[in-house]
Amino acid sequence: MTEPVISVRDLRVEFVTRKGILRAIDGVSFDIMPGEVLGVVGESGAGKSVTGSAIIGLIEPPGRIAGGEIRLHGQRIDNLDPESLRRIRGRKIAMIFQDPLTSLNPLYRVGEQLVETILTHTDLGPAAARARAIELLNEVGIPAPERRIDGYPHEFSGGMRQRVVIALALCAEPDFIVADEPTTALDVSVQAQIIALIRKLCRERGTAVMLVTHDMGVIAETADRVAVMYAGRVAEIGPVRDVVKHPLHPYAKGLMGAIPTLEAEADRLVQIPGSMPRLSNIPQGCAFNPRCDRVFDRCRVERPDPDIPRFGLEGEAPLMPGHRVACHLYTRNPVENAS
Amino acid sequence: MLAFVIRRIMQSAAVMLAVALIAFLMFRFVGDPVNQMVGVDTPQDEVARLRESLGLNDPTIVQFGRFIWNALHFNFGVSYQFRQPVTQLLAERAPATLELAFTAAAFALFVGLIMGVYCALRRDSWLAQIFQAISLIGVSLPTFLIGILLIYLFAVVLGWLPSNGRGQVVKFGDWWTTGFLTTSGLRALILPAITLGLFQMTLIMRLVRAEMLEVMRTDYIKFAKARGLRTRSIHFGHALKNTLIPVITIAGLQLGSIIAFAIITETVFNWPGMGLLFLKAVQNVDIPIMAAYLMLIGFLFVLINLLVDLTYGLVDPRLRIAMRS
Repeated sequence: MTEPVISVRDLRVEFVTRKGILRAIDGVSFDIMPGEVLGVVGESGAGKSVTGSAIIGLIEPPGRIAGGEIRLHGQRIDNLDPESLRRIRGRKIAMIFQDPLTSLNPLYRVGEQLVETILTHTDLGPAAARARAIELLNEVGIPAPERRIDGYPHEFSGGMRQRVVIALALCAEPDFIVADEPTTALDVSVQAQIIALIRKLCRERGTAVMLVTHDMGVIAETADRVAVMYAGRVAEIGPVRDVVKHPLHPYAKGLMGAIPTLEAEADRLVQIPGSMPRLSNIPQGCAFNPRCDRVFDRCRVERPDPDIPRFGLEGEAPLMPGHRVACHLYTRNPVENAS
Repeated sequence: MLAFVIRRIMQSAAVMLAVALIAFLMFRFVGDPVNQMVGVDTPQDEVARLRESLGLNDPTIVQFGRFIWNALHFNFGVSYQFRQPVTQLLAERAPATLELAFTAAAFALFVGLIMGVYCALRRDSWLAQIFQAISLIGVSLPTFLIGILLIYLFAVVLGWLPSNGRGQVVKFGDWWTTGFLTTSGLRALILPAITLGLFQMTLIMRLVRAEMLEVMRTDYIKFAKARGLRTRSIHFGHALKNTLIPVITIAGLQLGSIIAFAIITETVFNWPGMGLLFLKAVQNVDIPIMAAYLMLIGFLFVLINLLVDLTYGLVDPRLRIAMRS
């Protein structure tokens, strides 16, 4: 079995505020294999982006990594000094941000930004770096790259800018890319192009991708596996088909039920009552218990960990390998389930 | 670009016309110039002749036209007190004021920029806290008080620096005199330049700090960090360049105020510049000097505004497009 590119174990991220310590990420674990796309979904504030920032080492004070491990090719990177971390950023791990309109420095030509990044991470000279930059722009589908390379960001459309951002992320051929809602700010037709581009680059280069989004359509189309996050914890993680078609966690079920489909003749979409708790007010036990329609006593006391479900629920698909869920419903005696 | 420049120059000309009107109106409303020129025992027909020869009996619009025409030829009449052409009086004193103003501006810009960048990048360090405290003093203390305090400390108590005057000056070209070339001239420049520039320095420092903190929070700085660019390049390339756009505006516009408000500093340090001349003119109702000074300051402000607008284009490529259209 191949080694994971990124391995996150029991990650905890905290924000120190005047009101006390807020735990934004609490015990998150996952692996991402070479060439694999892990989709991370969840409501706003579920900790998706913070997880991405933690991996790339860009948690800004008052935030801090309070526990757990992040490994890149088996090497711990969460405890590196800032300079060593900087050398990894861009070279081994890259990040793509949500808004291409604001991700590029408006005062520098696109080429200058590409060349600077290439020169920082490779041994190429200025002329070779420029040639490489043109090559990259061509690769991400920018027409006439020899000419566009001297353009300023404001001369590019939103979709084209996101292509430039992707080219910037690819400068040093990283092994892992955190894509933080890369398509949210784009219109639908452009979204599809960008997703196809990320998918293609990932396949061709064997780059692992962590795709943060709240768009289930994007996940279904792009990801190999998907992690559903809730209140800073992983509620469910597994192969994308299983999680989307047969979600196990009541929260994941609610989330998937909220996606409109053409086939199902539903009058109303499923709606999860209530809203996600504030970080300062996460309930004891399972974080989802106040909103869960299948809640029982144990959920209010004991926190479930993502685990391989031991029992299926009645009338549900057989359990798939690699599918883990943090829910007591699947770990206890089925007789209790019926009660 | 050319159309933009021409349009801005036309706007500048309109502003100058308005300033000229105000300067001209001073002659009409601040006392009678003839009364200032003649003695108590001058015969009435002499006064009338003088009035006629000065063109004061012509219609207002004609007089205004004449005023503009003369202003365009740098002719602002003769000072009532000194009996000398105003232009000559101002030209003699301009080097002193300009040297003081530019030294103060350079001091304000360089020190303010360095302190501002430091405060933004090391915002929690004790030195940054001290800078912040100093800047509060600089913003709140009036200029003349700073000047007096500096004189007391460095001239009276410590005796390191002269308390007034310009020191020894060297003639440079036809009419320019400079204090930059002699030790006493440079020493005399230090206290007034700090006094005049301190407020602007603290202003620039606070502005740079605030802008830079703002820029450091933007997505493109986060993205630059995520690409693993060197910290120095992020701070002094990407962040500083974006910080400078508003700073250019303020620093540029402040240069105008430095020249205009040199009046107070010049008074405190008895600096032989235009400000001191203007203050004496006010005391003696010497309207030609007041009018010329007003025109000059107005012109400097308009010129600086124009230059600031044109500098934008050099720094920010987005504005080049706006200028073209």
